[in-house]
Amino acid sequence: MSAATTRHTSQGSGVVQVTGELIATRRVGAYHHLTFVAPGLAELARPGQFVALAVGGDTSATLLRRCFSIHKVSPSGTYGGTVDVVISAVGPGTRWLSTLRAHDEVDIVGPLGRPFPLPTEPVACVLVGGGYGSAPLFWLAEALRERGCHVELVLGAATESKLFGVLEARRYGDGVSVTTDDGSAGTKGWVSDVLPDVIRRTSAAVVYGCGPMGMLKSITDVATAEGAVAQVAVEESMACGVGVCMTCVMPVTGNDGATRMVRSCVEGPVFRGDRVRWDAFVDGVCRVPADTVGAPRVGGH
Amino acid sequence: MSVRLGSVTLPSPMMTASGCAANGRELARFFDIRELGAFVTKSVMADPRSGRGTPRMAETPAGMLNSIGLQGPGISAFVDKDLAWLKQAGARTLVSIAGNTSGEFADVAATLRSSDAFDAVVGVEVNISCPNVANRGLVFACDPMASAKVVALVREQLPRDTPVFAKLTPDVTDIVGVAQACVKAGADGLTMINTLLGMVIDTDRLRPQVAGVTGGLSGPAIRPVAVRAIWQTRAAMLEGRLPTVPIIGVGGVRNGRDALELVAAGASAVQVGTATFNDPNAPVRVGRELAELLQDKGFERLTDAVGVAHGRLA
Repeated sequence: MSAATTRHTSQGSGVVQVTGELIATRRVGAYHHLTFVAPGLAELARPGQFVALAVGGDTSATLLRRCFSIHKVSPSGTYGGTVDVVISAVGPGTRWLSTLRAHDEVDIVGPLGRPFPLPTEPVACVLVGGGYGSAPLFWLAEALRERGCHVELVLGAATESKLFGVLEARRYGDGVSVTTDDGSAGTKGWVSDVLPDVIRRTSAAVVYGCGPMGMLKSITDVATAEGAVAQVAVEESMACGVGVCMTCVMPVTGNDGATRMVRSCVEGPVFRGDRVRWDAFVDGVCRVPADTVGAPRVGGH
Repeated sequence: MSVRLGSVTLPSPMMTASGCAANGRELARFFDIRELGAFVTKSVMADPRSGRGTPRMAETPAGMLNSIGLQGPGISAFVDKDLAWLKQAGARTLVSIAGNTSGEFADVAATLRSSDAFDAVVGVEVNISCPNVANRGLVFACDPMASAKVVALVREQLPRDTPVFAKLTPDVTDIVGVAQACVKAGADGLTMINTLLGMVIDTDRLRPQVAGVTGGLSGPAIRPVAVRAIWQTRAAMLEGRLPTVPIIGVGGVRNGRDALELVAAGASAVQVGTATFNDPNAPVRVGRELAELLQDKGFERLTDAVGVAHGRLA
């Protein structure tokens, strides 16, 4: 089958389920960059949204979908609309995806989740990516610049090979800072070491972040201290990506001041950083804060 | 493919499985939920519940383990928002209810009964077998007496023509004994099976992988257990040890052939659970595949295939 097909989606629901045909796969540092023809998806997608890919084929024993930020979309490419994702091959699902070859097919659901909110005024923005968490930021940078925003990027990783898109960043941003834990590229240290200066120098009003949860917490802390709003795309493991499995929840405080365990797939993945209850996350576990609506009483559930 | 479940006739035997489909809006983006025989909602309890912390999930071979902890809005918000939405969407709704005590089950049923959207309800599924509640491992459905008490109290709260289904766990020595107790207490049918209690250890950190320590195992890996449980219960009906009531089969159904397996063992209707996480269209796709298979095999009605394997022992 050369042309991918859209199927079984209610009209106007803002999401499609398509058989995506892989048309390009390439190594980028420690990651794999995949391009799929995915008709109908590109036209609906916004920066910050994600796709859920089925892995292993129709009879795979690996049932759960793998969710990835959309790196970019091309609504009218040579092959029809395409969607690009960047993956890190660390488990059975992502390893399977990394071994796919051109013309292989993957069932794709998307676009999913809420996109990054864009400012209505042309304010300065700082975009912070950790590792391949930077994947959705270039497309976001483009959208912000179209609105007249000054855009700076801060990219951080453990080591040089785990950075993603440093060269691209110079094209998409008005300024780029790079940090690595081991000093193999850019400034030695964390993104939070350079972020305060970037925010002050640009008088940034919004800091966008995508990467590991610990990094998103520190981005939020720095942004708040500098008087900027943090908008972060969280990383939480999801089984379905479409809001039915309830596995990707996290404690987030709503407009009414109450904390609820909300699904990062449908209520997120982008949250205002200061609404996330970072205090609940410790060592890979997120506990339910005691003041959460419906929290377990003494003795647990 | 129409099917009669107690006093209710449904145009299709296909249903979502409780806890695998949220409460309607999410899957309505993918298919018309009126295509289902019934939309089965996530088990609702009396009060709002946050559920457990995370991680709540571990992938397992051909399945997954979950420890969600019955997160939900509580019955009042459920009837006002979710059930009202399902009614407006025209969905036939099988409402799954749960409780920490048998009295709580009855209270939830009473609130449901008195709601404005009750006419969208085609039945109530009594979840006496969720492994993610307080006395985990000691769920109501492990004890025939406790099961019967819950079913009887719920039955009292609902109109006679609203079918009550008891959802059973396979984690018992004698599932037929529990089924007998439920039917005697007034259950119009049985849903089997719920998840199996399981556990996964993270071998990098050498600690339990889900925050709830243990969790419910689901997915194709448990389908043979579902087939066995349905078979044993249907056999007891055929032998006259148990009144004949409809069985709703659930457990590891991913395609039409899987659904047919449950039907041949004795199920009159089929729920699709974890497969929905893999394919949001699975509940309706499986129905189409099942209809084709039945036609290919010469069955004019689904009813003719229910339990057919019992007469064909190898």
